[in-house]
Amino acid sequence: MSREPPSAGDDGKIRYVNLYEAEAKIYTRKISGFYQRIRRYTGLPLILGFLLLPWFNINGDPAVLFDLAARKFHILGITFWPQDFMLLAWALIISAFSLFTVTVLLGRVWCGFTCPQTVWTLMFISVEHFCEGDRNKRIKLDKQPWNLEKILRKGSKHFLWVLIAFITGATFIGYFTPIRELLLGFVPHRAASGFVYFDIHPVAAFWTLFFTGMTYLNAGWMREQVCKYMCPYARFQAVMYDKDTLAVHYDPKRGERRGPRKPGDDYKKAGLGDCIDCSWCVQVCPVNIDIRDGLQYECINCGLCVDACNTVMDKMSYPRGLIRFTSEDELQTGKTRFFRPRLFGYTFAVLAMVSAFAYVVAARSPLGVDVIRDRGARLYRVMGDEIQNVYTVKINNMDSRNHVYDLELEGDFPFTLKNYHPREVEAGEVFTLPVRVAVPRAQLSGEKNSLKFIVRARNDKSMEAAETSVFMGPGR
Amino acid sequence: MSIFWNIWIIGLTLLCSGLVVWVLLANRKVAVRDDDEPENRTTGHVYDGIEEYDNPLPRWWFLLFVGTLVYSALYLVWYPGLGSFPGLGGWTSAKQLEREQEKARQMEEAIFAEYSRMPIEELAQDNAAMKMGVRLFANNCAVCHGADGGGNYGFPNLADKDWLYGGSPEKIHETLLLGRTGTMPPWGALLGEQKVQEVTEYVVSLGGSKHDAALASGGKTTYQQNCAACHGADGSGNQILGAPNLTDAVWLYDGSRAGIAHSVRSGRANVMPAQKEMLREEKIHLLTAYVYSLSLEQ
Repeated sequence: MSREPPSAGDDGKIRYVNLYEAEAKIYTRKISGFYQRIRRYTGLPLILGFLLLPWFNINGDPAVLFDLAARKFHILGITFWPQDFMLLAWALIISAFSLFTVTVLLGRVWCGFTCPQTVWTLMFISVEHFCEGDRNKRIKLDKQPWNLEKILRKGSKHFLWVLIAFITGATFIGYFTPIRELLLGFVPHRAASGFVYFDIHPVAAFWTLFFTGMTYLNAGWMREQVCKYMCPYARFQAVMYDKDTLAVHYDPKRGERRGPRKPGDDYKKAGLGDCIDCSWCVQVCPVNIDIRDGLQYECINCGLCVDACNTVMDKMSYPRGLIRFTSEDELQTGKTRFFRPRLFGYTFAVLAMVSAFAYVVAARSPLGVDVIRDRGARLYRVMGDEIQNVYTVKINNMDSRNHVYDLELEGDFPFTLKNYHPREVEAGEVFTLPVRVAVPRAQLSGEKNSLKFIVRARNDKSMEAAETSVFMGPGR
Repeated sequence: MSIFWNIWIIGLTLLCSGLVVWVLLANRKVAVRDDDEPENRTTGHVYDGIEEYDNPLPRWWFLLFVGTLVYSALYLVWYPGLGSFPGLGGWTSAKQLEREQEKARQMEEAIFAEYSRMPIEELAQDNAAMKMGVRLFANNCAVCHGADGGGNYGFPNLADKDWLYGGSPEKIHETLLLGRTGTMPPWGALLGEQKVQEVTEYVVSLGGSKHDAALASGGKTTYQQNCAACHGADGSGNQILGAPNLTDAVWLYDGSRAGIAHSVRSGRANVMPAQKEMLREEKIHLLTAYVYSLSLEQ
């Protein structure tokens, strides 16, 4: 069903609306309180961890380095190879399910407290506040014509923004290329001819500047628009909410009818609720919504309006919690049902996946073996009394040490190994090893026989891998 | 590309691009009734009683569309896309391949330059060089000689101490570079079947196997007259000619009586192709060292 478009006959009653509009700039009021402290104290260690992790080394390898060029990921002393890609997929699935679990219980706390988009946006807003002052001053500053003060305030803000963005971008790229070399690359050199040049790989420089630019744009300019228009998680998590999910709610039973009053008035007699309609909850909101209109998709559960409202309630000597983290159920019936089948289901799924993941990582063998039967002119070779097959064994040393490997055969017939030249295989190397397997003709019965190759590290017998191939013969 | 397809592709590309531009620009604004409250404005879509607000998209979204259009225009100017127009940048996939091959060649060159300076004997002991040798051998030699160099029916085993033309580094290098042609002429028509059987029995006796002494002694004269010139009076072969040693247990073809008789009767012809035209000298040098190392390690 579609509404009829206005026809030409409606002359005078028609106006044209732009389908694309510049979003109104949001000026947020600075507020402090319980939830701001939670964000600060959970955010600090996370940010410090993000900034410092690329600087640490474990046994000479970086603690965390996603070496894309060499196709290996170093994560806390373990080296992962492209063959381990399944693990990355599972890690992401586990992360997603953890997020679902948390969302069912606590709503969009990820968005409000841990998502880098929010954390960096609020960081940039603090810088803005530091350089340009609080909400009212910023509105005034934007309206006034350009003068020295405006240039200095705006200039210093953008300088600090770019600085933070560069630290962020360089640190991020520091997870993909050794960070010390990366940063040294941004130190200008002067050639003998007088030219200034940078000793940096153009790809590393490009991505560092790209992420610097993106951080600056996202946290400085895009802000809530990323959540509203780009982030898929913001949109689909509504389906994870139920009526017992905690979220920031305004308590209309207590608050309405809202309205201004003088301190000390008997407002209840005047038919007013606890909400004094000061609009602080709107002024502090980083996504510019009025929480009193109810749950909205823009709300990221950051708790700024909770802190703002509590501050006002304290001033008015009213009880706190007119806006609070609560559930729909609690607003209606007074109780939140925390233990729900859905929550148990998610928790169980996450625990099961985490255990399986931990087991797979712990039991992972840093040795890979592949056996390829030679595709020569003939299926097999008859050499005197022997039947021979040729194989190419690929030994993938995924350990961080060099190894020499022994090869052992297992099958139903007395197979012997020929032309095996063991060599030292370097860490991370895929070693191509051609060998010949022979068996006395009289003792081989089948045309197609199973043959297992067992590869074992000479200096660490526990490091073992096996691969089954086929031994072809003439049959009987 | 024929003129028709040229026009067809250019026309379609430009038409579609133009259509996209028109759709974007024609839908920037929409007419609404003046009395509609902006906050109550919906798209008019109703489904299960759910309506959709008609809020405007952010302007940067529109600018992203414009950006993609500008990008596609620049792309069509710089890269091939409009029919047979090659684009101002002159990019072709062949040129890109050549650039990448050139890069790989330069990387290779540095390694091979180092290996070329090393004598074969020394190179054969070099772990990294021999690992490279394995792969080079797999790509160029393994089809006939097997991945392990252990040979096949009619293709010599390179991993033993038995050599048709000699196993010194110089001889191996010569074999690789210039190739070899080994020919055993067919004696069947000349000798007749009786003598073929006698010579076969004599050859079997040379290897020290159980044989019919009477038959073999008959073949001895025939052997000395016809075969000894190449295979030697004692049957130990001649590496200058590539004539195989008949006294050992190594057989290039079938070593049974029937197999030997077949070789005598119908002859054999074997060719090792010259690698001079196919592989660079540095690669042949490395392969020589690898083949040499195979027999060393036995």
